[in-house]
Amino acid sequence: MREFWLTAQTDLLESFRAKWFVAYTLVFGGLVVLLFAFGLTESRIMGFTGLSRLMVTYIQLAMAILPVFVLITTVRSVAGDREAGVYEYLLSLPIGLAPWYWGKLAGRFLVVFLPVFLAMVGAIVWGSVKGAEVPWVLFIWYTALLMALAWCFLGIGMLLSTLSRSADVAQASAFVVWLTLLLFLDLILLGTLIRNQIPPETVVGIALANPMQVFRTAAMLLLDSQLVMLGPSAYVILDNFGQAGYMAYAIVYPMLVGTACALGGYLLFRRGDLP
Amino acid sequence: MIRFEQVSKRFRRQTVLKGIDLVIERGHRVALVGSNGAGKTTLIRCLLGEYVCQGKVRVDGLDPRSHRRDVLGKIGFVPQLPPPLKMPVGQLIQFASGVCGADPRRMEAVATRLGLDAKAFRHQPFVKLSGGQKQKLLISIALGRDTELLVMDEPAANLDPDARQIFFELLAERQGRVAMLISSHRLDEVAALVNRVIEMDQGLVVLDDRVADLVDLTSRLRCRLVLTRADDAFARAVTPWGLRSLDQGITWEGWVAGADRLRFIGLLSRYAALLDSIRLDAATEPGLAEVRYA
Repeated sequence: MREFWLTAQTDLLESFRAKWFVAYTLVFGGLVVLLFAFGLTESRIMGFTGLSRLMVTYIQLAMAILPVFVLITTVRSVAGDREAGVYEYLLSLPIGLAPWYWGKLAGRFLVVFLPVFLAMVGAIVWGSVKGAEVPWVLFIWYTALLMALAWCFLGIGMLLSTLSRSADVAQASAFVVWLTLLLFLDLILLGTLIRNQIPPETVVGIALANPMQVFRTAAMLLLDSQLVMLGPSAYVILDNFGQAGYMAYAIVYPMLVGTACALGGYLLFRRGDLP
Repeated sequence: MIRFEQVSKRFRRQTVLKGIDLVIERGHRVALVGSNGAGKTTLIRCLLGEYVCQGKVRVDGLDPRSHRRDVLGKIGFVPQLPPPLKMPVGQLIQFASGVCGADPRRMEAVATRLGLDAKAFRHQPFVKLSGGQKQKLLISIALGRDTELLVMDEPAANLDPDARQIFFELLAERQGRVAMLISSHRLDEVAALVNRVIEMDQGLVVLDDRVADLVDLTSRLRCRLVLTRADDAFARAVTPWGLRSLDQGITWEGWVAGADRLRFIGLLSRYAALLDSIRLDAATEPGLAEVRYA
């Protein structure tokens, strides 16, 4: 356990010093500031009414930015370190491969999740200071959804880092994975598939398999319990899952994908050449 | 202590190690020499359990891959190229001592002996240190704990002569208790440190020979050089060795580590035309060696 914590702590401190972390923190902190600055907390008629609108916008933006940030930074630092010879030295020290791999994953999870979470906490604190009503239920659900999304893409990032022998290949694959998942959102290719008479089961299956779409649908469901915005697909979701069932699926499914990918990455890492 | 049995390693179509059989016992100080691509680094990585290979690698009967902690706990490793670690010196020492279960103060003490004040550089990123400082720190981490096998890839290449002398003394303190595997492109770089030479070529061991173990790793030689004329290039070459001129660059005096004598003579050979006389005396036995050029 000591090795696990030492590795997690080392990865955490390394990330805090990295430029990408500063950029990452500024992006999410800046998003909240911008949303406040553009008055997204306020209704034109009723004035300052609460933070729900800000949080909904924030969560939609986070869905687009968080996965690509997590993927690119994870593969760059993990595959990059291996390419640069960092692994050759650090793995010559008496440290188990399991504490090393999972410690790195744990440290990195905190690094990618904390700025997103703290930006949201910052919005809550600011809203409370302004006397706004704090949507605690929404806040807790969004926190859980963001955790699941961050874990999912971190797992995918670790798997891609293990599979690729160079940082460039890892980065290119990460980008392709993110772009593919982004394209299969309801806003883009899923809509086109429906228009082209593809069987609805296939389209719904793709939507349920895509962790980004799962996150997006769950975020919508929290705001619009009948999923009116989603159109006829809403019937499939609500009939088969129900609201609570879908929310549970939206948390559990990305966590399972992330864990399966991380586990696959670990098994490959353990079996193959380390540096 | 170390046993390689029919160890082979392939990278896609290229076979880098071709059935290596070797046994290295405690007290053996092995120079692993060979040109680039001979397989030295691959063999070391197999020994450290970093590469999966065919055949058997055993350290005290244990497989380094499946008994990482037990095996690597006995091994101090110094790589040829320092890793580009961004972590500060203090954190690297904490991490290394933490996973090795060692006292970080011991590592700092070795660094101090080598001329690196690890405490003063505590907040400095490792990657920002000079080549020599990085090498000193990596040596300190390897020697600042209880090890039974030292695996070093060109360990003294970036060290100044004073630090090399201390490094040889540190090795001498461990020489009976541990096995050493010192990899180098050139035998003369490490010849004085070892009692066995293994040469590799294209993935095979082509020479495995015991050599006379006569050099005291802690000895120092008093050196006196006389030139036919003063020369700036010569002055630049010998000043880092701690030699000082007594008379505007004609006569030079100083001390050379005994284990470094071949390397030093190799340096002098480049200036053979300038040398009028060379005198190298063991500190306790003056007049041990003298070469005079006409």
